[in-house]
Amino acid sequence: MTEPKQQGHSPESRSTDVPLARRGFLGGVLASGAAVASAAASLATSSAHAAEPAKPSALPPSAKGAQAETGIPPDLGHGQGMPGSDFMVDVIKSLDIKYLPSNCASSFRALHESLIDYGGNTKPEFLTCMHEESAVAMGHGYFKASGKPLLTLCHGTVGLQHASMAIYNAWCDRVPVIVVGGNDLDAAYRPPGVPTFHAAQDINAMVRDYTKWDDTPVSLQHFSQSFVRAYKIAMTPPYGPVAISLDAALQMAPLHLHEGKMPYIPKYIPTSPPQGDSGAVKEAAKMLVQANNPVIVVDRAARTPEGVGLLVQLAELLQAKVIDQGSRMNFPKTHYLSAPATAIANADVIIGLELSDFWATVNAYTDNNSNDGHGTNASRINPQTKLISINSVDLLTKSNYQDFQRFQVVDVQMAADAQTTLPSLIEAVRSAMPADKKDLIAKRGELQRKAYEEDKVRNRTAAALGWNESPISTARLVMETFAAVKNEDWALVASEGNVSNWPTRLWPMEKHHHWLGRSGGYGVGYGAPASIGAALANRDLGRFSVSIQSDGDLMYAPGVLWTAAKHKIPLLSVMHNNRGYHQEVMHVQRLANFRNRKVNLDGDMGPVGTSIENPDIQYHELAKSMGWWAKGPIKDPAQLASALKEAVAVVKSGHPALLNVWTQPR
Amino acid sequence: MKLHPINIITALSLLAFSGFTLAQTSNSSTEKGKQAYVKNGCWQCHGFVGQGGIAGAKLAPDTKPIEYFQAFVRHTNGPMPPYTEKILSNQDLIDIHAYLKSIPKGPDYKTLPLLN
Repeated sequence: MTEPKQQGHSPESRSTDVPLARRGFLGGVLASGAAVASAAASLATSSAHAAEPAKPSALPPSAKGAQAETGIPPDLGHGQGMPGSDFMVDVIKSLDIKYLPSNCASSFRALHESLIDYGGNTKPEFLTCMHEESAVAMGHGYFKASGKPLLTLCHGTVGLQHASMAIYNAWCDRVPVIVVGGNDLDAAYRPPGVPTFHAAQDINAMVRDYTKWDDTPVSLQHFSQSFVRAYKIAMTPPYGPVAISLDAALQMAPLHLHEGKMPYIPKYIPTSPPQGDSGAVKEAAKMLVQANNPVIVVDRAARTPEGVGLLVQLAELLQAKVIDQGSRMNFPKTHYLSAPATAIANADVIIGLELSDFWATVNAYTDNNSNDGHGTNASRINPQTKLISINSVDLLTKSNYQDFQRFQVVDVQMAADAQTTLPSLIEAVRSAMPADKKDLIAKRGELQRKAYEEDKVRNRTAAALGWNESPISTARLVMETFAAVKNEDWALVASEGNVSNWPTRLWPMEKHHHWLGRSGGYGVGYGAPASIGAALANRDLGRFSVSIQSDGDLMYAPGVLWTAAKHKIPLLSVMHNNRGYHQEVMHVQRLANFRNRKVNLDGDMGPVGTSIENPDIQYHELAKSMGWWAKGPIKDPAQLASALKEAVAVVKSGHPALLNVWTQPR
Repeated sequence: MKLHPINIITALSLLAFSGFTLAQTSNSSTEKGKQAYVKNGCWQCHGFVGQGGIAGAKLAPDTKPIEYFQAFVRHTNGPMPPYTEKILSNQDLIDIHAYLKSIPKGPDYKTLPLLN
């Protein structure tokens, strides 16, 4: 980000370089206008007094009161100085936000107009979206590919209601998204009918449980402070979405002086992430070096490529296996210390770094109808195994939504950002390492090299099963796709549905951008928009974006395909079309069996209500209708490679391409 | 497919006690078995050719013996729900087993360039 220039303001304001000269001029015009209006109101009041007898028991109304009671509400958008929404654009521009995916709405019309006309529709560039959920999810994917947040504007109430699932996904996935909801607060002046249906006292209330912070600014100075504060909070680990309710009148109102000065734009200075307590870091290091079989488990530990490097350092120092749970690309899959989830079983010390669910890491839950239908729980580790956690989300636990998961007792728990803590932990491990342990540690590494090779063989043997079948096996789908993109600087931006985790089992993921992780909250409908958001970021970074796109996910808001075509966002979308909501297919089957009833298929392959067939959706035709290059349905695995080759060429020419592939269920 | 050894013994004992003979597969039909495999939802977790995946174990090739298969399907207490005779008849089960056994062994991964 370009550092804004410091202005000569008080240390409290530390404003950025804003076009004050123009504001000063406009402010003068504004002051004159206000004086004229005031004089007119006084005249109106005087006339009224002349026509009626005095009433000594009541004081005459003030000029402002008389205007409010008798006058026609002025159209604040015309000729009364710089519109407040222009100033808002200056504030937004100070934060170098590149894109603004949004679905247009009247409650932010003033800001919309300012963004495209006053702001020149650059930084941010308005991207036309067809659903607020898509807009937020695009910001979600964009951040994970670029490390930069996007802004989205939503209509108050209904638009934010549409956006809310995507905001929840971003919350659970610890991703910053800046959501501004338009709202017309003034019940006395706002238009009746639809705009009033679409207004609320507190629109942020509906997303407060899953946003880090929200505000409702009541002045332009308040807006500039709130917006920069919101950005700063969103961008401090643990990252998360923030919301600002933006009053329609504030957007329309002309710029006013604030304490005799023009409003300033606070300078954005990033907040340092929280680091683990030094005593706890030393204790953790001591436990790790003394362990016979330490295991590192990571989920969102590597926020940046530097995080991957730090994890490799720690793992190699200890020769400890690393289980990457995959919410980010934390640890290279090509490294011999990379291990499957089963590696946890014989651990005597486990360190979990930014785990979304420590309980489920060390325990197993089986949905088997035991315990009055609750299922059974069993530990996956030895009772003596010591647990260490470094997790920034411990600093951000709310009550209502249960994303904090089941409670797990941990021996050393640091409420801190794992990546920020890793350098001190590595140093502490080095210092604590006893010389007589070095041979043992080296031997551990040798054993893991062997286990790693065996695991590779197991995965490949399993992938070969059903290789030539139709519908196409998920392993074949994934590996044909990899063969088509492997010579590009590829990024697997999403893999929705469930393809038996073949990409993370088989693709040589090494770079941080090779895999962006999942939705976070498992809210279906993330895959398509998040992929397109990530592809937008990758377009600018020169990377090739590929997504494994499930059928059910795409149909939540397929209009985002049009957004990708409209804004020329290149993405290879390879469909995992298993013609059903497959997770639910199995749930309903399971319940029928538990209750000793034959499940009702009613002519479909899955239980009633879970299949997406009869008729089959022609996803390739859907995509074509919205400007994509598309092909399908591809059912024969032998046809996949040539179709992929064509699609890759289209994507490299700067356009999105979709292949509708009929696949095995998982 | 995994089954705790004690559960296997219990299940096999129950089957022996009931006098139900399972090994009679001479009247099995692979075609009917394929239909029953799909109709009863086996494909959902195990794939259309029993290849398995993240949701279910591999069933073919190298299909387990019919006795083990029957015991598991009727009495499992793991992630897979048990199928009673009311839901899945003995004949269907036998046919499904025959279908799984008929699935040919696929290519060795070493012969597939994409997996090497």
